[in-house]
Amino acid sequence: MSKNMIMAGLVVFVLAVLSPFWLNLITSTQAAPEPELLGKAAKVKKCVLDKYEMRAEHMYLLDVWRDSVVRDAARKYTGTNGETFNMSLSTGENSCLGCHEDKAKFCDSCHDYASVSPYCWECHTNPKEIE
Amino acid sequence: MMIKSRRSFLKVAGIAAIGMGAAPVMNLAASESHGSALPKMEKNEEALHAKRWGMLIDTSKLTDEVVEAIKDACHKSHNVPDFTIEPDAEKYSGVRPVREGQEIKWIWDEHFHNAFPDKEDEFLAEKFHDLPFLVTCNHCKNPPCVQACPTQATFKREDGIVIMDYHRCIGCRFCMAACPYGSRNFNFRDPRPFIEETDPDFPTRTKGVVEKCNLCAERLAKGEQPHCVEASEGAIVVGDLEDPESEIRHLLAEHYTIRRKQSLGTEPSVYYIV
Repeated sequence: MSKNMIMAGLVVFVLAVLSPFWLNLITSTQAAPEPELLGKAAKVKKCVLDKYEMRAEHMYLLDVWRDSVVRDAARKYTGTNGETFNMSLSTGENSCLGCHEDKAKFCDSCHDYASVSPYCWECHTNPKEIE
Repeated sequence: MMIKSRRSFLKVAGIAAIGMGAAPVMNLAASESHGSALPKMEKNEEALHAKRWGMLIDTSKLTDEVVEAIKDACHKSHNVPDFTIEPDAEKYSGVRPVREGQEIKWIWDEHFHNAFPDKEDEFLAEKFHDLPFLVTCNHCKNPPCVQACPTQATFKREDGIVIMDYHRCIGCRFCMAACPYGSRNFNFRDPRPFIEETDPDFPTRTKGVVEKCNLCAERLAKGEQPHCVEASEGAIVVGDLEDPESEIRHLLAEHYTIRRKQSLGTEPSVYYIV
C-alpha cells in the first residue's frame, strides 16, 4: 500500500518538476530570429569580428568604440581581419547601419526576441526613419 | 601502510596550492605569446590636429544676418531643439508645447554688458551697446565644469576641446552651476519633437542630459572646419592657440582682443576682436 503511494507520488512529482518541458512540447515555440543580412552587408560578408563573436560581444565592442570616438577622437577601426570601419552606429557609409541597412531586421528582431531594450536609439538616429 | 604526520601533509598541500595558482598565470603567458594581431583604433588621416583649439571672433564682421546664419548652421546640424515650435501633431501626438523660458543653445548672440559684465565702463563707446556678440562654450584651459562633473561625462580632450560624453551624463547639472558663461543647457524634455529637421549625421540628445558646443569635433575629425566658421563669412577663425605659426595666433598678435570673465581664471579659448 505505502509502496504504491510512494511510487504514485514520485510520478506526480517528476511530472510536475518537468512541467516546463512538457509545456514546451505541446505549445509551439518561436525559434530565435536570425539577423537578416541585407544589401551591402549581404554582399560584403565581412564584419568587424566573425559572426559568433559579433553575436556575443557586439555590445562590448560598441562600448569600446564609444570611448575611443568621444574621448580619443579615434574614429577608424582596423579589425584583426584587416578591414577598416568607421566607428559609428549610424553615420556614414562604413558605419553599422551604413552596411546593415535595415535596423528593424538587423537590430530589433533579436533585441525584441531577447527582450532587451538598449537605449541607443533614444539619441542616435536611424537615417531611414528620418526620410 | 603509510603514516603521514600533519606537518608533511601540510607541506604537500601547500606546494599543490601554489601549483594550482600558477597554472592560470602560465596559461595567460602562453596565450599572449602567440595571439593574433590586435585591432587598431586610429584617428582619421584627414583629421585636423591642434595642441589646443581656440576661436577668434571678429565682432566688426558680425552683422545680424551673419549671426543668424551661424546660429542656424550650428543648431540645425547638431539637432539642437527649438522649443518655440509646435511639435508635429501626427508624429508626436500628446506632446505638450513647452512653457516660456526653456531653451537650448550652443551658440547665441548676447549684449556686450551681459557677455562682458566686468568690462562695462561708465562711458562705454556707444557702438558696444548694440553690437551683436556671439557667445558659446569657451573651451576653457581650466574648465570648472570638468571639475564639477561627478561622472567624467564632461572632460577636456587632449586637444583642448571641452566635450561631453552624453552616454555618461546623469543630469545632475553641477556643470551648469559651475560654468560662469551659461554655456550649458539641460534637456528637461525629450528634445526630439522640437527638432524641425533631424540631421542624420549627428545624434540628438535625450531627456535628462546637459548639452553644449563641442567645437564641431565630428567635423574636425573629418578635416573640416566647424559649422560656425563656414557660415561666418570670415568673422570666426578656429585654430591652434599653441602653434605660433597658426592663423589664429597671427591675428591675435595683430589685434587687441578680449575674453569673457578673464578674472575668474578659467582661461577661455574664445577671443574677441573689438
